[in-house]
Amino acid sequence: MIHQIPAGTRDVLPDEMRELRAIEGRLRAAFADAGYGEVWTPTVEYEDVLAAGGGGGPAAFRMFDDQGQVLALRADMTVPIARVVATRFAGSDGPLRLCYSAHAYRAVGQRTGQQREFLQTGIELIGLAGAAGEAEVVALAVEALGAAGLARHRVGVGDGGLYRRLLAALEVPDDSHGELLACLTRRDLVALELRVEALGLAADARDLLVELPQLRGGPEVLDRGVGPAGDALDRLRELHGELEARGIADRAIFDLGLVRDLGYYTGAVFELYDPAVGFALGGGGRYDELIGRFGSPRPACGIALDVQRVHIAQTAEEQQR
Amino acid sequence: MNATGLTIAVPRGALMGGTLDLLDRLGVDTAEVRANDRKLLFEEAGIVTVRPSDVPTYVEHGAADIGVTGKDVLLESPEREVYELLDLGYGRCDMVVARRSGDDAIGESLRRLGRARIATKYTRIAGAHFAATGRQVELVAVKGAVELAPLTGMVDGIVDLTATGRTLAENGLEVVESIVTCTARLIANPVAHKLKAAEIDAVVGALREVAR
Repeated sequence: MIHQIPAGTRDVLPDEMRELRAIEGRLRAAFADAGYGEVWTPTVEYEDVLAAGGGGGPAAFRMFDDQGQVLALRADMTVPIARVVATRFAGSDGPLRLCYSAHAYRAVGQRTGQQREFLQTGIELIGLAGAAGEAEVVALAVEALGAAGLARHRVGVGDGGLYRRLLAALEVPDDSHGELLACLTRRDLVALELRVEALGLAADARDLLVELPQLRGGPEVLDRGVGPAGDALDRLRELHGELEARGIADRAIFDLGLVRDLGYYTGAVFELYDPAVGFALGGGGRYDELIGRFGSPRPACGIALDVQRVHIAQTAEEQQR
Repeated sequence: MNATGLTIAVPRGALMGGTLDLLDRLGVDTAEVRANDRKLLFEEAGIVTVRPSDVPTYVEHGAADIGVTGKDVLLESPEREVYELLDLGYGRCDMVVARRSGDDAIGESLRRLGRARIATKYTRIAGAHFAATGRQVELVAVKGAVELAPLTGMVDGIVDLTATGRTLAENGLEVVESIVTCTARLIANPVAHKLKAAEIDAVVGALREVAR
């Protein structure tokens, strides 16, 4: 008789484990060397505490404890760390640099290959607003992936709130925002174009809404006039300058259509890619309002890397060499 | 690698001819693909030929950068993480509800039994359609020759894709509702969409010209 384990979970045996630990170790060492202190938070938390962080909707896995309290498995590490910062570091000001390497849990679709339990290694930079903070985490993530054995990785950089703000500024009726953003999130640009056409906007507003998700590439992308959302592009230009100063601007792909499905991002968002694999290795962004939901507000941004995906990319790069 | 610099998943079957014609106009040499019905991988031309329903799978996993498949396939596998870039216009078919001509088996079952039995290959599209129209149905998943199911009395009606309606008519079925019109779509891998932006935009631009 074969005793099964739940779909989306896995056993890791010694050969793989050795390689996973090696990659995880190199990522953690890169973060530690940059002055990021590692933290540990409980795998289970009170459901209402995690829910206060918003983010990815209701927790996928919930249970009752012996007191009848509802506990939930964390869906990422950013929300627990926001809670830690607001409670354990309530009195501190000045930048706070934290890193972690821990499992998180999400619901999966029916298709195979998605993980319910996944190991994330990442960083959170608290108290450093704007492009300076974003450039630091992007540069460190790029460096850490290099240390983990990747050579050809790139980072997508966008603004998670750009499209939403554009819809408001162009006076698109509120009741159609949800539908348009849903098209963008599920990457259905055909439906997006049809729905934008149906709004009956002026030609330049219509073209902007249709073209924006396709605007991606080098810094020249930031020169496209986006009318009322120009301030977002000013911030991305500033970030480009910071990345140039750090010598990694050529790793960045500016992507005005980039959206992340976690709800707490307020500005810049990132996604990490490697040409050897067809999926993102991790991502992150700026979440200036999240910590305020647990205490006094502080600007913050971070990036999480999926260790298993980094491993797959590293072996794929190795085979292509 | 071909003229586009991309690996392309081409659907076998009804959409294949139209897709290869489009690729010809992009400067891709499709002669070998046309001449060789059994071969699946054409490295020289940068083409893989797969079942239409497998195109999103190959593209999602990055085995192909872009691909062509029907909207029906995309609606039936919404969890696939691929970009839908362009409506190519050809391969036009309607997803319809059909029943045996002359009697209202679906309505009769709904009235007397509280639910209708519907056979289909497209259980997600069919399920969503009946849920959205407030009717309870029992979906019977079949793999092919869906037209047979209502004739044997196994089901009250079917949901299926039809181009001309001729196969339905020849089997004594009639269309009673149209759910959605499906055409061929250009899809792309999300990472290729970022890392090969120029190549993909060149294909989209050229196809927008010829598809109109």
